[in-house]
Amino acid sequence: MPDAKVKLAFELNSEPVEVAFAPHKTLLEVLREDLGLTGTKHGCELGECGTCTVLVDGKPVLSCLVLGLACAGHRVKTVEGMAGGGSLHPLQDAFAELGAAQCGYCTPAFLLAAEALLGETARPTRDEIKQALSGNLCRCTGYLKIYEAVELAAARLRGEDAKPAPESLYGVR
Amino acid sequence: MASGKKAAVTQPAAVGRSDGQLRVVGKAIRKVDATAKVTGATRFADDLFLPRMLYAKLLRSPHPHARITGIETSKAQALPGVKAVLTGRDLPIPFGILPVSQDEHALAIDKVRFVGDPVAGIAAASEEIATAALDLIDVRYESLRPITDAEDAITHPEPRIHDYGDGGNLHKLVNLEFGDVAEGFAEADLVREDLLFFEGSTHLPMEQHAAVADWSPLPDGKLTLWSSTQTPHYVHRALAKVLELAPAKIRVVATPNGGGFGGKSDPFSHEIVVAKLAMLTGRPVKITLTREEVFYCHRGRHPTLMWVKTGVKRDGAITAMHFKSLLDGGGYGSYGVASTYYTGALQTVTYDVPRYKFQGARAFTNKPPCGPKRGHGTPQPRFALEVHLDKIAEQLEMDPAELRLKHLVPPNSLTANWLKIGSMGLGECIRRVIDGSGWRQKFRKLPPGQGIGLACSSYITGAGLPIYWNPLPHSGVQLKCDRGGGVTVFCGSTEIGQGSDSILAVLVAEILGLDPFDVAVVTGDTDLTPVDLGSYSSRVTLMTGNACIQAAERARDAIASHAARQLEVPVARVAFADRRVFDLEDPTHGLAFADAVQLAEAAQGTIGTVGSYTPAPSPGRYRGAGVGPSPAYSYSACVALVDVDPASGIVRVPRVWIAHDVGRSINATTVMGQIEGSVYMGLGEALMEEMAYRGNRNVVHKIPSLLEYKSPTTLEMCDVVTYVVQDPDPNGPFGAKECGQGPLLPVPPAVANAVYDAVGVRVDEVPITPEKVFKALRRKEKGEPARYGPATFPEIAWPEPTRVPTPWEGGDGRAVEGGGRRATEAARRP
Repeated sequence: MPDAKVKLAFELNSEPVEVAFAPHKTLLEVLREDLGLTGTKHGCELGECGTCTVLVDGKPVLSCLVLGLACAGHRVKTVEGMAGGGSLHPLQDAFAELGAAQCGYCTPAFLLAAEALLGETARPTRDEIKQALSGNLCRCTGYLKIYEAVELAAARLRGEDAKPAPESLYGVR
Repeated sequence: MASGKKAAVTQPAAVGRSDGQLRVVGKAIRKVDATAKVTGATRFADDLFLPRMLYAKLLRSPHPHARITGIETSKAQALPGVKAVLTGRDLPIPFGILPVSQDEHALAIDKVRFVGDPVAGIAAASEEIATAALDLIDVRYESLRPITDAEDAITHPEPRIHDYGDGGNLHKLVNLEFGDVAEGFAEADLVREDLLFFEGSTHLPMEQHAAVADWSPLPDGKLTLWSSTQTPHYVHRALAKVLELAPAKIRVVATPNGGGFGGKSDPFSHEIVVAKLAMLTGRPVKITLTREEVFYCHRGRHPTLMWVKTGVKRDGAITAMHFKSLLDGGGYGSYGVASTYYTGALQTVTYDVPRYKFQGARAFTNKPPCGPKRGHGTPQPRFALEVHLDKIAEQLEMDPAELRLKHLVPPNSLTANWLKIGSMGLGECIRRVIDGSGWRQKFRKLPPGQGIGLACSSYITGAGLPIYWNPLPHSGVQLKCDRGGGVTVFCGSTEIGQGSDSILAVLVAEILGLDPFDVAVVTGDTDLTPVDLGSYSSRVTLMTGNACIQAAERARDAIASHAARQLEVPVARVAFADRRVFDLEDPTHGLAFADAVQLAEAAQGTIGTVGSYTPAPSPGRYRGAGVGPSPAYSYSACVALVDVDPASGIVRVPRVWIAHDVGRSINATTVMGQIEGSVYMGLGEALMEEMAYRGNRNVVHKIPSLLEYKSPTTLEMCDVVTYVVQDPDPNGPFGAKECGQGPLLPVPPAVANAVYDAVGVRVDEVPITPEKVFKALRRKEKGEPARYGPATFPEIAWPEPTRVPTPWEGGDGRAVEGGGRRATEAARRP
């Protein structure tokens, strides 16, 4: 039988929210089922694939392993909170530009993991990007366009007028 | 010898070219759905929530092979919150993707055939209640001896898993001979035989399969199913058959797939069950499979044992080839008959093979059914063939690149098995990867532990024949021009991440002189869109592309005729570009596209057009000629660099060079993505991916989880140097061929050949795990054959061969003997 609902207050995508839900629910379930934010996806619900990654207090966490109740008073960010003022976040823009999102199912998680990385270091090396994203599985891209998109977005966030390398878009001529 | 005698094929007129200037095609364009995907706005099937929606769960068999002697559901039915319970008797009509293997039931009736086979379905107010109710269903089973693998199926014809097929537990036997291979082997200077094994693997899409059904009560009596399917048209047909509804009373909407790779190409139990539950309860019903259940749906790569024998002249020219394959099919037919033929169909389309014999067998076993995974039935033989050729080159003391380059199949020719080759860019592909990788400075010259390997491949650009026989188009497009200058294009094609929606937008934009983002795309909805057969066999760009071009050109012609009158120029001089319609000779003299549309609409009414595409008939007319023909073949060449640690056997792949002949790139962004993604998936199969079962524990899946089923992470993925080769094919839209599957094929054999170059051992089996490399190295140390791989190919009672004279023997594509339909096969057709 469903448990009696509990009420949770936290900050979601820079706005205060209150939501009532059954206390056993994970953050993933609360976001998708009780708040209607289906941008956060799931691939296993066992903490294996990284697809449900969201940011809690700026750090990537697997929302399928966190109880909703554990988020009381914390700051949660989902993919719905990335674009602002009618424009894509530079990471979103670079992912779209380079084809780093193919089926798009793992994309929200990669974007948020990458955002956390760029929050720590403005000029990540390729190896740092690989390490930061090593907990996220993608079956479409082979990750390469994702690395390139993170690098492109990082450059733009540093204020550089960066463009994709021609071989990244067309292959080696 | 053969090439000189090959019949020339006339090239049809180029498709879709106007003034030769391409303004949109070939550019790097962001996908039309890219913004929705990066904002999380894309609605996948599990993102749909309908008011009053119920949740469904399936009870699955814990036994690999058992008779069902009783099912008791009353306790489950009595659980508060449970709204309906279904068992096999509620859905007695069988289905299956191929007309020749209608061997599945939505829920098992008398018998279960693998651990995970669905037995009962429940709809309840919540997922928790549905899950709890599963435990209250009491199923009594009587265990049968499980058939654990293909060789077990041969030695144990009883108990039979199915009561149809080619005898015992053999589902399908194929025996085809094109020309006299014995004569070819007699002419050879060297005849070599090899045995290889390709382990099964699964698609592992990040999105778990999900479906939502909704029933509009009588008198409507209409069912809507939203599902993560690559083939809404085939799901539509299966629902109509099993639910006994008129097709007009069913709407199937393919939601964007969160990865497909072939794993969402069959009609599935869960789709039929939620539909039936919605009809029974009158409420929307959703099911989302758990990750474990996705492993049971499977339909992935067939584990395949292969034997290949090739005769060559001293210069490497092939005189004859004989190929045998044995496929472990799992518990149901799925696409397996086609998969079996595919393990033998494309050996002839890369190098000149003047005589060819193929024997293929598919066994039923008590495991999740195998089916089409990226490359469908061809990565296995490609692995075998390319490793085999590497060994032949070494024996002939030839460079393996030179051997291949000297004996390429000629463009515009027919192969021994009557496949029609159009454009053929493999030579250019080989040259690009050889030059790019520094092959000549590296091959057999790298320090111990480092190695480099080459392999090539080819793939179909769409299956030439539909899955069920019909004379109808394979793809249809409708196009509507809006007064505001926008265009909407409707097509049954299914976006699975490969970028098919964008292809439609790019082609319409090219022909009507628009920006791709002026084009709205509506796809994968059987109520709204004309039939497209689905996202499989790399068919979409070519087939929807050609249909789309036809529709767009008809719209262009309609608009141009009225614009010509207004501009007072001949129709032939009317051009479309930059959202304008203008005089080609005086581009300043023109009008806005929106105005031109209004002009045409005022004159003749709504501007709506259609286009469709049907592949030309293929020249092969023997039984079995239906698998392999394609409007065009793509080509790939791959060089892999490896580091092998002899102490542990661990293989690392720092870099892969891949060249792919895509004919013509329609959208450079998606072409690059498909090539890199194919290399990634090939790397996974080469090194780690395997559907492994506990043979000693009743064929239970060893590792049905994303953690234990190893797939490459960012830490294993290699660097990829990509070369996009463009050898336009006359059958492709603007010359385009496929790029979503072909580039996977050469990766496993290139890695295997590189491992040999690095440490001098042959691992004739993928995945090339550390254990296998280590064992081969120990054998080498002991002076035993420096190899890990299969030792024997079992005896199989093959039927008499279907003998088909080759084109250069003066054949007409028909068999001369043994080609008739056998009594057993005629009998089992529905």
